Amino acid sequence: MSLLKDKKIIIIGDRDGIPGQAIEECVKTAGGDIVFSSTECFV
Amino acid sequence: MDLENQKRVKEFAEKYGAENIVVILGAAEGEAAGLAAETVTNGDPTFAGPLTGVQLGLSVFHICEPEIKELVDESIYDEQVGMMEMVLDIDDIISEMTAIREEFCKYL
Amino acid sequence: MNSVILGSSYIMVYAPDMVIHNGSTQTTERTVNPNSEYLKEIKNNLRTFDQVVSYLPNQTYIGNITPDELGKYEMPWFDKPLEGATRDGKFGEIMPQDEFIVLMQICDVFDLVKLEKQFVSNTKAKLMKHPLFDDGLIGRIKDGEELDAIKKYVDTEHAEPIYNKGELIGCVKRAHDIDMNLSGHVMFENLVSKASNVLALLNLVSKNNINKEEIEYVIECSEEACGDINQRGGGNFAKACAEVAGFVNATGSDTRGFCAAPTHAIIEAAALVKAGVFKKVVVSAGGSTAKLGMNGKDHLKKGYPILEDTIGGFAVLIGENDGVNPEINLDLVGRHTVGTGSSPQAVITSLVSSLDKAGLKITDIDKYSVEMQNPEVTKPAGAGDVPLANYKMIGALAVKRGDIDRKELADFTEKHGMTGWAPTQGHIPSGVPYLGFCREDILSGKIKNAMIIGKGSLFLGRMTNLFDGVSFIIEANKGGQVETSAISEEEVKKLIANALKDFASNLLSE
Repeated sequence: MSLLKDKKIIIIGDRDGIPGQAIEECVKTAGGDIVFSSTECFV
Repeated sequence: MDLENQKRVKEFAEKYGAENIVVILGAAEGEAAGLAAETVTNGDPTFAGPLTGVQLGLSVFHICEPEIKELVDESIYDEQVGMMEMVLDIDDIISEMTAIREEFCKYL
Repeated sequence: MNSVILGSSYIMVYAPDMVIHNGSTQTTERTVNPNSEYLKEIKNNLRTFDQVVSYLPNQTYIGNITPDELGKYEMPWFDKPLEGATRDGKFGEIMPQDEFIVLMQICDVFDLVKLEKQFVSNTKAKLMKHPLFDDGLIGRIKDGEELDAIKKYVDTEHAEPIYNKGELIGCVKRAHDIDMNLSGHVMFENLVSKASNVLALLNLVSKNNINKEEIEYVIECSEEACGDINQRGGGNFAKACAEVAGFVNATGSDTRGFCAAPTHAIIEAAALVKAGVFKKVVVSAGGSTAKLGMNGKDHLKKGYPILEDTIGGFAVLIGENDGVNPEINLDLVGRHTVGTGSSPQAVITSLVSSLDKAGLKITDIDKYSVEMQNPEVTKPAGAGDVPLANYKMIGALAVKRGDIDRKELADFTEKHGMTGWAPTQGHIPSGVPYLGFCREDILSGKIKNAMIIGKGSLFLGRMTNLFDGVSFIIEANKGGQVETSAISEEEVKKLIANALKDFASNLLSE
């Protein structure tokens, strides 16, 4: 758990990869404090 | 990486300390993942955003890398990412991410 | 009774100077990095009009080659010009920049577009030969101004400059001194959107032999907003475009939803017609200059020319069931809801699972039209092959549902998918580029049905973190069910009278 435990998590998702919100759902189960989540779009 | 996102990354690194931050990416391809990872470690390679020339050296992973995947509840991972694993070139993403981390990450 | 697709049009505008001066990647670079190598290099890596016309994906967009034919060419495509390609397409056309700039003035009702005299006279002569520009449209062209006057507007009055072949030839004046919503920049973008939409409407009417007076409603579904300081997105592009295109009996409204908007709009149009509110409804959109050269840095880095050098537009006519044209099945509408979640599999499941209502399998749909971006544009930019990724997801869902075996996955994308060909103009590539071919493929019996999927990145507006999407199915007309409400009592009497007349003349000739 050391990798994410007690860390501030910044999420940069991708519309055509994994969107920010989906990553958020995953990270929530792994501990870590999500401070920012966004999704980028190249199209 | 989007300029506003770069600005936020920089602000959070200043606020919480670069050593306390982990960036998690969801890019669609290895190269795009590598560019985003480079941006938050060695600075914006496109010289456009607030992270240009800023070497934060943040810890950075792609959500599909085993280091992160193994920390996530299996059923939630499967529900949120599982099917995209079939679409993405995970090996390419891992190799790009590993190379950037080895070269520029200060907090491993 | 389901409404039908009566016709469609697809247009492009070659806009190399707008790539440099109005594309957001380039304007941002000019702000943050004015001396960058990229800005110096871009001029040398723009394509010519002929190169843009003969570019295989562009010829597909305007209907001259089919998606299947495009798929047979190996990428890269930019170095494989289509021999004998012309700007005129089965579904529309590719317009050069100079003609388009004058069309912007034709679409300007507030005396904002100022063009240099000589440029106007040269370009007007070209437009007078254009089959779709009648006297009414040509008559709207103003004589032009001295270059000094234009320079003054740009230098002292915040007008948005317009360039052609690297030269300043005009400007869009601001429509208000203080109101940012009416600034030269905003008015320029809105006039580009309006003019490209009008070009799509003109092509729709001409390529499909439509009586424009029969059109009762227009739904515009671009990603721009027009309004002023008190109502920034007040609207209404639809009616403004219908006015220039001469749809005298139409009103309309704007529908927004990022790239999903065209699919939303077609569902709305189909419902309006099915409900009997209007008989003929047009869904249309113009394009965006901000997105020109969006991934230009990546293209140059990979040794490609700037591929995002065209503005896109489209229009579709939806009408009452004529017993012939493909039907829009409104019983099988898929939608991504607030509660769906944003994982890619949840998104695609919500959009495709509308099939369950009819007990259909994923393989029962012959073709899926998803986000049909040209992969040659997106792959070098790290966004991957967007249509292919969508097809893989639909295929993976089919495996999960037990509709196909895992081994059939590769075949699935081949059989039910297509290679992307649409320009990365946001809403333009989203589901709708296939409607023209789809109508033909269904009418010819090549396919029996197709699902159109539109997805939108709502989170870019910073009002929600949600994603969005809707889908609908087009299927072969069940036939023999011509809309009876469309025939009035008077028409019935006329038909009977004609039949009796024929009968009588037959008797006489015997």
